[in-house]
Amino acid sequence: MALDKIGIAKRIAQELRDGWYVNLGIGIPTLVANYIPEGIEVEFQSENGILGMGPFPFEGEEDADLINAGKQTITATKGAVFFDSATSFAMIRGQHVQLTVLGAMEVSQNGDIANWKIPGKMVKGMGGAMDLVASAENIIVAMMHSNKEGESKILKKCSLPLTGVGCVKKVVTELAVLEIKDGKFYLIERAPGVSVEEIKSKTEGDLVVPDFVPEMVF
Amino acid sequence: MNKQVKNVEEALVGIEDGMTLMLGGFGLCGIPENSIAQLVKLNVKNLTCISNNAGVDDFGLGLLLQGKQIKKMISSYVGENAEFERQMLSGELEVDLIPQGSLAERCRAGGAGIPAFFTPAGFGTEVAEGKEVRIFNGKPHILESALTADFAIVKAWKGDTEGNLVFKGTARNFNPMMAMAGKITIAEVEELVPAGELDPNFIHTPGIFVQRIFKGEKFEKRIEQRTVRTK
Repeated sequence: MALDKIGIAKRIAQELRDGWYVNLGIGIPTLVANYIPEGIEVEFQSENGILGMGPFPFEGEEDADLINAGKQTITATKGAVFFDSATSFAMIRGQHVQLTVLGAMEVSQNGDIANWKIPGKMVKGMGGAMDLVASAENIIVAMMHSNKEGESKILKKCSLPLTGVGCVKKVVTELAVLEIKDGKFYLIERAPGVSVEEIKSKTEGDLVVPDFVPEMVF
Repeated sequence: MNKQVKNVEEALVGIEDGMTLMLGGFGLCGIPENSIAQLVKLNVKNLTCISNNAGVDDFGLGLLLQGKQIKKMISSYVGENAEFERQMLSGELEVDLIPQGSLAERCRAGGAGIPAFFTPAGFGTEVAEGKEVRIFNGKPHILESALTADFAIVKAWKGDTEGNLVFKGTARNFNPMMAMAGKITIAEVEELVPAGELDPNFIHTPGIFVQRIFKGEKFEKRIEQRTVRTK
């Protein structure tokens, strides 16, 4: 069966490694923080200026001066630090953050990502997404395999305005884990009960399928 | 050097139609809300505002949009604001969207005497259109120019009469860089103390970047996305 959003977040959480600083985007990526594997320590960076982002506050403990990049109220963990926006993006551009997880409207087989603008619709802006994708060494995209009309979002070439070029290395969808290398998607894992045929039919980009595709293990 | 002015009226003297302003804050966090209210009262028009966001309909820079005081916005993300959308789609409002990290660094560069710099952010996207591209360490970068402003208006938690500033939590965000990049920088603070009371080891923005400082009359500190968990 295809994963729900929580399933995607849980699968991405398996990619976390001890000692990593991690930036989580808005939406599904935010959920990853709830499923850190036992026995490892990671610290979350939010680009508006905190390292050591903790869970949402309890009611009555919200602080207007303590928010995440989605403008939600948050808490700070022990050992947290606040900083200005230039320092924050120095961490990102300078590749001091080990993993970036973000959502996408489209990804292409050469690692391009589009997630900030739909022509003809209201443009809200890219926020920190362009800085993040241009610099991060390790980017995982959390997204749905196809749109509401059933059209694949895993493409040969993005149709929407790009956020970054050649930067995505791994994609986790409700159906599969895909790696991007040498201009192709590689099928690494499938969601429990999802067939290779279904993944193939919903992937517009070139997909390399090995003889054996393991199911995700939770 | 004493930078203290009596109130917001005195602090904003000299702001005129057509000027470029920088306003600190991320979302509604760390915005100079007393100064924004005064800009509404002054009804200065044709402003170019450099600010990461554009507020919400009835708070923050949204208040200046309501009065059609802004000609151009330079921001990284401008959702959450219906009036903004209307003015942008009708062509009344000019909008320059730039990546958040580039915006921060362009302000910092403006204050630090660096006219331009290369960044990888935006290469291969429409942000790079018309900009010089150069390869460093095998990777393409685009040339971004510094930003400065006639007035930078920032908000800090504590300040002293020397203009030294301390920020709280994530309300720091763009305020320190914008403080550096204003020809005249105005700081509104929640608490204003005499020189010597702030520990010099823990000051975030040195007073040299601040020309005027005042204690804000009231701070609503509105929360944009109140999110809580249950016990």
